[in-house]
Amino acid sequence: MAAMVRRLLKANEFYLFLVILVIAVLIQLRSGQFFTLTNLVSLANAMVVPGLFAVAAFMVLVSGGIDVSFPALASLAVYATTRLLVDTGYDGGVWLPFLIAILLGALLGAVNGAFVSRYAVPTLIITLGTSSVFSGFMQGALGSVQIPNIPQGMKDFGSAVLFVAQHPETGLKANLPLSFLVLVAVVAIVFFIMRYTTFGRGLYAIGGDESVAARAGFKVRWIKFRLYVVVGVIAAIAGLIRTSMMGQMHPTNLLGMELMVIAAVVLGGTAITGGTGSLTGVMLGTLLIVIVQNSMILVGIPTIWQSVALGTLIIIGTGISAVQLTRSGKRTAVRV
Amino acid sequence: MTTATTSQARLKLIFSDPHINRMLVILAALLLFFAIVRTKNFLSVGTWQSMAVQFPEFGLMALGVMLTMLLGGIDLSVVAVANLSAILAAQTMIMLLPADAAGGQAAFGLIAAVLVALVVGALAGILNGLLVAAVKIPPILVTLGTFELFTGIAIVLTDGKAISGLPSQYAEVFAGRLFGVIPVPLLIFVLGVLVIAFLLGKTAYGAKIYLLGTNPTAAHFSGLHSLSLQVRTYLTSGMFAALAGIVMLANYNSARADYGASYTLLAILIVVLGGINPNGGSGRLFGVVLAVVILQVLSSLLNTFPDISNFYRPLIWGGVLLLVIVANGWTRPQHLRRLQLTRTRKEQDA
Repeated sequence: MAAMVRRLLKANEFYLFLVILVIAVLIQLRSGQFFTLTNLVSLANAMVVPGLFAVAAFMVLVSGGIDVSFPALASLAVYATTRLLVDTGYDGGVWLPFLIAILLGALLGAVNGAFVSRYAVPTLIITLGTSSVFSGFMQGALGSVQIPNIPQGMKDFGSAVLFVAQHPETGLKANLPLSFLVLVAVVAIVFFIMRYTTFGRGLYAIGGDESVAARAGFKVRWIKFRLYVVVGVIAAIAGLIRTSMMGQMHPTNLLGMELMVIAAVVLGGTAITGGTGSLTGVMLGTLLIVIVQNSMILVGIPTIWQSVALGTLIIIGTGISAVQLTRSGKRTAVRV
Repeated sequence: MTTATTSQARLKLIFSDPHINRMLVILAALLLFFAIVRTKNFLSVGTWQSMAVQFPEFGLMALGVMLTMLLGGIDLSVVAVANLSAILAAQTMIMLLPADAAGGQAAFGLIAAVLVALVVGALAGILNGLLVAAVKIPPILVTLGTFELFTGIAIVLTDGKAISGLPSQYAEVFAGRLFGVIPVPLLIFVLGVLVIAFLLGKTAYGAKIYLLGTNPTAAHFSGLHSLSLQVRTYLTSGMFAALAGIVMLANYNSARADYGASYTLLAILIVVLGGINPNGGSGRLFGVVLAVVILQVLSSLLNTFPDISNFYRPLIWGGVLLLVIVANGWTRPQHLRRLQLTRTRKEQDA
């Protein structure tokens, strides 16, 4: 028991959980609205898409890279899917859109993977390039007009709810969408992959020290390639869910989310240099960012301050984790 | 041993970098293509003048990013710093000068605006530098965070709108033409290049930057003050971003929190294209300058084809970046390191 408590206190995630709790209590004191069922459900609702992206970004960060192309990838994959289905007058269930989007996501992810696995240039720069190519292709070649009428199957999926929470006083409703289950499923699958498969352990190894991992026998290039295919698939799923839930395809809606997602993952304790990190932390980090973004209104801070709050949060969060790292003496080399 | 380099040896120095050779070929091919396909535009002075007005905006930012990348870091906040400095400079001018100010009073306002912008850039750079060097947060995260923070401050200051109504003297001076021909932004850019050439080539600071970028551990054990060096580098990057903001303010005659959104990618593209090793330690200023010119010529060339929509531009920049990475063949970390060996061997020959 004592050993477990000690381990808990050392974990980064525990302090993050405390921070979230403190913020939640503060908001509750200010507005009395935080711990209502409607607010919690709407937070869960808001977490689905960023949560999925965060899981994908987490896998990349653990392997020592940084992927900024996933919103553009998701947008392109889903835009192409929706365009194709609308133009052919598709009328069936949501499984086909998912299938097509997943295939396209895997393809685009493979593009990322081909470059990253082959060239020693930092992933950040490669994915900056592919991000522009994806969004440029979507906006230029595909025309990138808003598609207001998406196939009915997608709409139905997007509006399917697990349950509805209703606020007793104001009568406002909040839906817990069916897609929340998708988030849970993906998190569970990735958890299993990261902990119990060689591929997952390989990601941690590569992030820790790539040349050592190579010498230990991990097929580094093949692992990296598969990683980006998986990331592409998850991103496409997230994009499809966003489109379904919105009821229309807005091509630029997702663009620009990469910073928020990477911040969420890093706040959750994943080192940017790779090699460490846990899904619990990722989910907590996403929750924190979603709370900051959604609940500022409850405290009375106008939305115009959102960027400032996000930037400060990132700096403070990463600063604390950096100071912790220096203090614990885990820094072996001088880093620039 | 004579320390004076003959002009022959100096020429050999310039042409011994494969990146620069490649870019000179590309530039020559591009100019040739331009001259043949759009001869009318090629021969008109106006084309070149408008180019010389545009590229300093992202060119100055690229110079700042180049310095930070030489250290092995990066500065993604340059656009936000530029916008913030422009906004504060604009607000200063509007506050100090009535709309019909003339002569000496206007000059005072202009100087105040420039000073404000430079101070803002310096402070932003110092913040970046301290967070990277003292708190030891990875530069990517620091500059992404400060990008968001500075943009947020800019949004709050402007309420999300554009600031206009600047005194006309500002645009007259900073977007004007010296002798009626040479655009002032070009002069500012040339000045910036000369400053960096001096810093990198003739000062101890410059030499130490390359050393720190090559091997931080060895540099630390050699007694280099890495904290001071890093803070100074990010400070310089911030000030160059502020200069870019000054130019943007003049070109657009207004300031907004979200101008130049595509310049971040463009600056990184320029720096990588120019042969700067993203892991730090090598790369030449001349390469970056060539890259700026190439991208501006390419951009203007695209402008002359009105059928190619503007949306294709990020696609082309991204594609060029990927192409450069492929063409350079940096398939293994040793390839990137070879750039450094080339430099030290040159020093032995000279």
